[in-house]
Amino acid sequence: MTSDKEMILLIEDEFQMRRFLRVTLQSQGYRLIETQNGEEGLAQAATRQPDVILLDLGLPDMDGLEVTERLREWTNIPIIIISAREQERDKVRALDAGADDYLTKPFGSDELLARIRVSIRHSTREKAGQESPVFQTGNLLVDFSRRQVTLAGKEIHLTPIEYRLLTTLIRYADRVVTHNQLLREVWGPQQTNQVQYLRVYMAQLRQKLEDDPARPCFLINEPGIGYRFKTDADKG
Amino acid sequence: MVNLKNDDITPSETKGFPKEKSSAGKLKIFFGAAPGAGKTFAMLKAAKERLEEGVNVVLGNVNSHGQPAVENYLSDFKVFLLRAAFQKERLIEEFDLDSVLALPPDLILLDDLAHINAPGSRHKKRWQDIDELLRAGIDVYTTLDVLHLESQKDLIFQISGKRVYDSVPDTLLERADEIQLVDIPPDDLLKRLEQRKINVSDWTEEEIEKFFRPGVLLALRELALRQAAEKLDDQMRRYRSQQEITTVWPATERLLVCVGPNPRSDRLIRATRRMAAGLRAPWLAVHVEAPALVRPSSQDLLRLEEHMRLAESLGAETVTLHGNRADEAILDFARARNVNRIIIGKPTHPRWKDRIFGSLLDAIVRGSEDIEVYVITGDVPQKEKPPTGARYLLTRPFKEWLFSILSVVGCFALASIVAPYLVSADLVMIFLLGIVLVAGKYGRGPSLLATLLSIGLFDFFFVPPFHTFAVHDPAYIVTFGVMFVVAHVISRLTYRVKDQADAALQRERRTAALYSLSRDLVHERSLPDVARIAKKHISEALSYRTKILFPGPSRHLIPLDPCSDETQLDDVEQRAADWAFQNCKSAGSGTDTHSQAKGLFLPLLAASGPVGVIGLWKDGLFARLSSEQMRLLNSLADQTAQALERVQLAEEAQKALLLAEREQLRNTLLSSVSHDLRTPLAVITGAGTTLLRNESLLDEENRRDLVQTIVEEADHLNRLIRNIMDMMRLEAGGISVTREWQSLEEIVGGVINRMTGQFEDHNLEIDLPSDLPLIPCDGLLIAQVLRNLLENAVKHTPPQTPLVLSGSKGEKEVVISIADQGKGIPAEDVERIFEKFVRGKNTRGGAGLGLAICKGIVAAHGGRIWAENQAEGGAVFSFTLPVEPLTHPIELESEGKNHDQ
Repeated sequence: MTSDKEMILLIEDEFQMRRFLRVTLQSQGYRLIETQNGEEGLAQAATRQPDVILLDLGLPDMDGLEVTERLREWTNIPIIIISAREQERDKVRALDAGADDYLTKPFGSDELLARIRVSIRHSTREKAGQESPVFQTGNLLVDFSRRQVTLAGKEIHLTPIEYRLLTTLIRYADRVVTHNQLLREVWGPQQTNQVQYLRVYMAQLRQKLEDDPARPCFLINEPGIGYRFKTDADKG
Repeated sequence: MVNLKNDDITPSETKGFPKEKSSAGKLKIFFGAAPGAGKTFAMLKAAKERLEEGVNVVLGNVNSHGQPAVENYLSDFKVFLLRAAFQKERLIEEFDLDSVLALPPDLILLDDLAHINAPGSRHKKRWQDIDELLRAGIDVYTTLDVLHLESQKDLIFQISGKRVYDSVPDTLLERADEIQLVDIPPDDLLKRLEQRKINVSDWTEEEIEKFFRPGVLLALRELALRQAAEKLDDQMRRYRSQQEITTVWPATERLLVCVGPNPRSDRLIRATRRMAAGLRAPWLAVHVEAPALVRPSSQDLLRLEEHMRLAESLGAETVTLHGNRADEAILDFARARNVNRIIIGKPTHPRWKDRIFGSLLDAIVRGSEDIEVYVITGDVPQKEKPPTGARYLLTRPFKEWLFSILSVVGCFALASIVAPYLVSADLVMIFLLGIVLVAGKYGRGPSLLATLLSIGLFDFFFVPPFHTFAVHDPAYIVTFGVMFVVAHVISRLTYRVKDQADAALQRERRTAALYSLSRDLVHERSLPDVARIAKKHISEALSYRTKILFPGPSRHLIPLDPCSDETQLDDVEQRAADWAFQNCKSAGSGTDTHSQAKGLFLPLLAASGPVGVIGLWKDGLFARLSSEQMRLLNSLADQTAQALERVQLAEEAQKALLLAEREQLRNTLLSSVSHDLRTPLAVITGAGTTLLRNESLLDEENRRDLVQTIVEEADHLNRLIRNIMDMMRLEAGGISVTREWQSLEEIVGGVINRMTGQFEDHNLEIDLPSDLPLIPCDGLLIAQVLRNLLENAVKHTPPQTPLVLSGSKGEKEVVISIADQGKGIPAEDVERIFEKFVRGKNTRGGAGLGLAICKGIVAAHGGRIWAENQAEGGAVFSFTLPVEPLTHPIELESEGKNHDQ
């Protein structure tokens, strides 16, 4: 059973943390490579070609950000950042540098496993190169070929920017997308410091798509980091 | 050959003598009567002995004057000479103070104490260099002739006819730790002169001829011996007092010398100085500013300044007294200061003046009672004459003369009209009226003219025989006399009143300047403000450009006020300012140190030491400050220094207070941490070990319960630690608010998303209007506030009660409130609930930090936070965040227009 499950590379210097992750991940059938510092992690990533990398930001030998950057020089293996709360800004930098998602210590095993599943799903989809022409979650349906958005069967009219915002978020569904990433992809590279645009359009999008905009179901705000489009894909 | 050396008597004892400062260097002076006595030779010989003892001796500046004996010795110091010469090319001519201070050696040899440094040196005189070397803890050997002593200047001139310009203050001889008298009989000296063994290169032939005569040399030798004896006596006395030998020295003497603008006052000052030195008594130089009939000329004032400065340089305390009568002022002051000898110059004016105006000398002698009065002669004739009558008359403005003539003409016209009805005595009164008017207004000259004119006119037109100047009735002569006397008396009185008014005005100005400075400085709390105000006041009071300088990071003084950056200090000024600060003495233009600098630099001395420097500039030539200005400047500087020190102390106190508060917080946190963290840890440890050890004994339900407990307690612990960390960051001032345009709805959404599990038992209602504007705030921090408030509400209210989170838009702020329907806040806690470590009653856990953190964050955003109880029950926690219009209004795209490809 273990042989066909995905391989996860863990780069984490704390023993207790590694033990917790080892128990949790192995019980789920994942194969695990444990490394204790950045250099070792980079070497293992190159030789073993894991499916997902769990990277702790506070490593003894190098900055987690640096590890991310060096990994991204040659691979698209999904990287999930594990960070302490004081490292908010580092976290955003790592995400902007190409990390796929993050977990803030302390986190529960549910959260961890969900993130890993999402990352694997995305990378397999990318590898397969298949993009479904239609996206559906809950009662929201987006038809990419017809540029049509329907909520509970009713067509929702979106402005071009709103539509682009939504499709970008859907492309990274269940993964966090940083403010910079969104601004770059929706407005273009020159607009990356105008977060207020993002806020206004996100508010509009929520008004149109959410039943209760203050308690959104799809468009989740990750304070200080970005947004996450939440699907019901993981609930099964 | 008499060879009297004071270290022959006390070679070892001298070493035991206390130095002025324990860290200061020792000064040894090789003292002689005249050039050519062999002082340099003696100095080198002594230095060589020290050298052989292993002392680090450096040759500062020793000139062999081509004498082989000295040159031989110089060669003994070859190492040092070479080394010194290597360091500074010009060392032989002009020794380099800075490089010596940088070395520094144990002992330095500097020939010729009275040497005047080349222009461009730090100090004008070598003795100032030596002063600085000694303060730096370097021992100095130097040579000095008695003729260079300041107090001996007059005597030398009397004896030899040589004017000495390069004199040194006597205090230097006094402070010397040792002096060694180098004596040579006059015959031998003359022989040496013949053999050209004496360096007299800068002397004129005439001077040499007049100076190198047995009589002169004998007199000089006597002077030198006497000085040496005095010094020995002084050392003996110090030795005695140190050995606690009961002394028979007389009670403290105090001398007072009366100083005036008269050129012979300097002789008076030197004579007093000699007397004071003999008596070892402190002395005062006093000048009285009395209202005079004639204002002192600017020349007189300058000379007076010089005299006062001379007295000061000779160690006197200088005082300027104000008073109507000089004698009273002097005697009152003398009594107040316990002076027992007054020195005053012999009068040089003719005796009749004393008869008429009274004699100061006479008045002092009569009023002196138990004070001894010494009258000392001055035989330098008064060369400069006061302005002559003609010049005096010409100096008066034309207007005054015109007024004088017109008023007499007016009186004459009036007298002509009323003449038929009045007797001539009444007509005199009319003329007298005019004279009084002129005298009262313009003083002596114009009043004299008016008097003459009046008498002339009166005599010509109203005294029989008319139309001639002849007078028949001798009674009229009396009338004319009376007119003269009246004019004179009134003009004199007028001048006195005017002078007093002027003096009062000046004092008033000084007091006003000081007062307004101190008044303005009282409320200032920051260094730049104090500097700015002091700068303004000093510039105004003295009409000089002013700059206040403070010690910068690189030990250089820098101006604190950025507005005066247009005039940076140049190198010389920088050095002068630094020197003034380090040495606590004024430097720059008008002083003897760094005098080539354009500005004058005055240290700001406070009780704890120098706090800064005042720089003064005048456009164009720097006029030397008068003593009046100097006094004012000193007072202003004192005030400023005190204010600066006060501000510095206050800042330090504030820092200490902050530190203490932080310390207090740390202590409270520690105790709180140890208690609040231990409880959940204990539960976790307990549950964990039970699971580990007794697994077989637990059924499925118990096991779940224990695991649930562990997870909950860990979560609780996490919250606690988060709060403690936040508080630490807030307190350390390390919390930085990263303001971005945030949507409140989004922040609330994010918080609720993260807290989903915690609202299971509560019904949370969210009421946010859809038109809330974007708020410039730190999303993470405001999320923290909301989270703490919501957690608080969940924790403190019974399950199943509703919570309402609402927002409303005000004009300049957004109000966010969280209302619950719990028991509300106890009345006594409403006010202090946001303080640190305040917890509600009957609540478990929490370090009492959550709300304090909220308050800190909201305050950092410029908002307010408060709590209140609702009338219908339950508490409301509200906070505000200021709103501003968007810097760049967002242009929303028009609907339907499709930019996509």
